[in-house]
Amino acid sequence: MYPKEYRYTKKHEWILVDGDTGLVGITDHAQEQLGDVVYVELPKIGAKLQAMQSFGTIESVKAVSDLYSPMSGEVTEINDALVDAPETLNKSPHTEGWLVRLKLSDKSESEKLLSADEYQQFLASESES
Amino acid sequence: MESVTPAASLEKTPLNAAHRKLGARMVDFGGWDMPVEYSGIIAEHLAVRRGVGVFDVSHMGEIEIRGPQALALVESVTSNAAASLKDGQAHYSGLLYPNGGFVDDILVHRIAANHYFLCVNAGNQRKDHEWIVSQNHFDAEVEYASEKYVQIAIQGPRGLATLSRLTRTDLASIRYYWFRRGEVSGAPAIIARTGYTGEDGFEIYVPPEEGERIWNAVLEAGKDDGILPCGLGARNTLRLESAMALYGHEISESITPYEANLGWIVKLDKGDFVGRDALVQQKKEGVKRRIAGFEMRGRGIGRDGYRVFAGGEDRGWVTSGSPSPLLQKNIGLCMLPVADAAEGRPVEILIRERRVEAETVPTPFYQRKK
Repeated sequence: MYPKEYRYTKKHEWILVDGDTGLVGITDHAQEQLGDVVYVELPKIGAKLQAMQSFGTIESVKAVSDLYSPMSGEVTEINDALVDAPETLNKSPHTEGWLVRLKLSDKSESEKLLSADEYQQFLASESES
Repeated sequence: MESVTPAASLEKTPLNAAHRKLGARMVDFGGWDMPVEYSGIIAEHLAVRRGVGVFDVSHMGEIEIRGPQALALVESVTSNAAASLKDGQAHYSGLLYPNGGFVDDILVHRIAANHYFLCVNAGNQRKDHEWIVSQNHFDAEVEYASEKYVQIAIQGPRGLATLSRLTRTDLASIRYYWFRRGEVSGAPAIIARTGYTGEDGFEIYVPPEEGERIWNAVLEAGKDDGILPCGLGARNTLRLESAMALYGHEISESITPYEANLGWIVKLDKGDFVGRDALVQQKKEGVKRRIAGFEMRGRGIGRDGYRVFAGGEDRGWVTSGSPSPLLQKNIGLCMLPVADAAEGRPVEILIRERRVEAETVPTPFYQRKK
């Protein structure tokens, strides 16, 4: 379910670090909590994102949520296809539903993020409380 | 992504366990632990428009008024003309304060000349009961009866076919906004041809201990009609497409029926009732603001509470806004000064510090073909 090679945040985003780039998305748990996604607002290419700061918005029929970047960096690519097909985020949050690609400014930030196992433990502890 | 974990001390309907078995996503809805969706709001919404959906609306309250002067009390506390109801007939009405604002919006059912059955909003039920008791200067008895009923709504063009499989009551002969006392799946039931979706359908009131069995029986009976269990998410998008008011949004203690385009539930000539004087005055002077429909023209969703600009000025607010699953547009209702509320006018909705184009449009957004 949660790819081992990804890193996760407690705000339910993932990042796949590959050299000095990072691919960012929301987790399956996030899309499940949101319900049918109908709208995505992404930053412009060239925007500089700070780790754990809001960089966009995602809306389901019922709810509005901020998107937080797991790591700092400059946006080099955005997933334009989501504008016309936001439901991709429900169907395929870990692959086709990626949000932005970043040129990372500090790769060491990934050490503070959760592994797949840690993230799943976090989900389990959240559902108990 | 922020997630919300519901608190523990919420009120539950007798169908709570059934929702959890079905895998519903539960939320805190005004203090009630209620299903917001099962398979998804869009699928559930479309099931109701095209086939049939079933809703647990047991969080809604019931108040029963009995006695020789039951009608006099109902007439005194509500704005619509209850005297014109016949046995087995229901109507939508306003429970108003002296200022003309809403205590609640309610359904009044006349069971008999000396017995009225009120269906009221979940979050208002205790307040409504206290209010009616405080206004009871009549030979009438006011009963808080919410715990005596599970209320299940079976809504959609196939609703009649689904429910017919569970009752010997001749449903087709029950007209819109009429009801009958009969049985569903062997249990005594009030069967009303009412709803909050803009679709044909029924709302049934059954004993709580029979609730889960009947809920499951309805789901089973509707299988071939494409039935889906539906949550409060779809209930909201369905009522919004039909431009039906929601308490705390289009109507409230500070919004009158005239301002909410609900003048048709105000019968000034029926005699005195609480709120009448204020409404006579407002009618004479004309309303200064009212609810208008809007559609987004720019990219964005106008949500509840967002500010509405007209002519570049902040003029009002969105009372309810959402994507419309059927129309695939972003729609909403808003409160605007009368001059800005006319149809076909450009307005802007303030979405995250950005003004996005919208236009006022006629309501309802959707009307079923009769």
